[in-house]
Amino acid sequence: MSEAATNAGTPLVFVEDVHTYYGKSHILHGVTLQVAPGEVVGLLGRNGVGKSTTLKTIMGLVLPSQGRVMLEGTPITGLAPHRLARLGIGYVPEDRRIFRALTVMENLRTGLDRAGVTEEKRKALLEKAFSYFPRLAERRSQAGGTLSGGEQQMLAIARVMMLEPKIILLDEPTEGLMPRMVSQISQIIDVLHKEGVAILLVEQNVPLTLAASQRIYIMEKGVVRHHCAASEIKVDDPLIKQYLGV
Amino acid sequence: MQPVVQFFQSFPLDLLLIQTVNGIVTGLILALVASGLTLIFGIMDVVNFAHGELFMMGAYLGVVVLATTGNFWLALVIAVLMVAILGAALQILTLRPLIGRDPLNTILATFGISLILQNFALWEFGPVSRKIEEPIGSHFTLFYLQYPWYRIVIAVLSIAIIGGFWVFLKFSKFGVWIRATTQDRVMAEAMGIPVGWVYTGVFALGAAMAAASGVLFGPLGSINHTMGLDWVLKAFIVVVVGGMGNLGGSVAAAIFISLLEAYASVWVSPSQAVIVSFVVLILTLLFRPTGLFVATPK
Repeated sequence: MSEAATNAGTPLVFVEDVHTYYGKSHILHGVTLQVAPGEVVGLLGRNGVGKSTTLKTIMGLVLPSQGRVMLEGTPITGLAPHRLARLGIGYVPEDRRIFRALTVMENLRTGLDRAGVTEEKRKALLEKAFSYFPRLAERRSQAGGTLSGGEQQMLAIARVMMLEPKIILLDEPTEGLMPRMVSQISQIIDVLHKEGVAILLVEQNVPLTLAASQRIYIMEKGVVRHHCAASEIKVDDPLIKQYLGV
Repeated sequence: MQPVVQFFQSFPLDLLLIQTVNGIVTGLILALVASGLTLIFGIMDVVNFAHGELFMMGAYLGVVVLATTGNFWLALVIAVLMVAILGAALQILTLRPLIGRDPLNTILATFGISLILQNFALWEFGPVSRKIEEPIGSHFTLFYLQYPWYRIVIAVLSIAIIGGFWVFLKFSKFGVWIRATTQDRVMAEAMGIPVGWVYTGVFALGAAMAAASGVLFGPLGSINHTMGLDWVLKAFIVVVVGGMGNLGGSVAAAIFISLLEAYASVWVSPSQAVIVSFVVLILTLLFRPTGLFVATPK
């Protein structure tokens, strides 16, 4: 592993030797990774290697049988997902999972109606989201289920922004989107990064991941096989060919 | 042509109108019972067999508070609050540990609660039926009948409670949480919504609605430890006919079935008229198993 890959100071999220099972299937075989505050980290690998399960384990949606997850140096393994959301972990799942029968505004409210959000902060957060995604402002009274795939992805990201997270776990945000939407998602990752939000990005789109991330982890069969700075690796690198088959 | 004209001329129009009013009043109380049941099912996937006993506990608590304070409306409020607390406690103690288990477990648990509450009532209040005095004694004339104003008040109150509940679901923070949880429990949790407490709150709300209908119904019938059975049976029919988990559907189905029963009892005895609701249930299950007010999935 490269020197550039190590970080000074307490990591924002530290996943240490995590083993996770779905029933009897052993999915994660000791995953270790970390994300520094404000850092964008890409998690690459073929389908089914455990990338999404890693995100779900961090979010507390799946309980690891072994190992631990730390947030800013404090163990968070076993905490309920709603507590983790309050502590600053935001999750945008692979299939977006917006609340289809709720309007755009109500979807955003699920992240806004929490302690410590004053009226001004509420306005500021909404204004920010609508400035990044003007389409959502136009459709604020429309049911989430009637939006296009791209708009639903925007809503999923805007919704998680309402939580003012320290880190966003972003699972395949460009899956099934038109190229124009893909570049918009890539822009929004940059904007969030500039605002100091850390992102753990799971993506099949290798060029986008390499461009957006500072560091990358490559997973295979439930473990991290390789770990380096994103600048150290190219799209046509033999490693990418070996582990991703592209 | 003559026999048809004669048939319509023989129609007891005054009786039909009286039965329409009766049907709507009963339908609205039933809607209140069924709303709580459909809410609990729609959000928690729990078929609450103890719902009728929460209705009964509401009525009994109404009797007790009324005897102590002499004020019916105070009895209504206190009974509703106490049953809401009872509902929250029951959810935390018996249903919360069963989340994620086979639905059969929750059915057995609520069935157990139902038996315990029934026997508690029998032990505490005895087998003799109690009665609540009508808080409004005045009547108005409906054809040849002196119709009690209290029945109209119940109808209006039921509409107000269901309407208030709808507004709460639509606009309040907790309402948005409830609707989000209904649609996607996991994502609601990931958005910071304390889903466990939403469940407890929903169960308490459902229990409160059952209790409110129990107290309101009190002056119309007799209060005993098995009074919940008839209501919960009808409420289940309403929930199935209206579409499981569909609030508007339940209200419409409650009024629809009560009206049918009321009309049927113009020609047959009221105890035979009950058959109508079972016929509607069977027809619904045969032809629209997802409920009359939910689109049948293709």
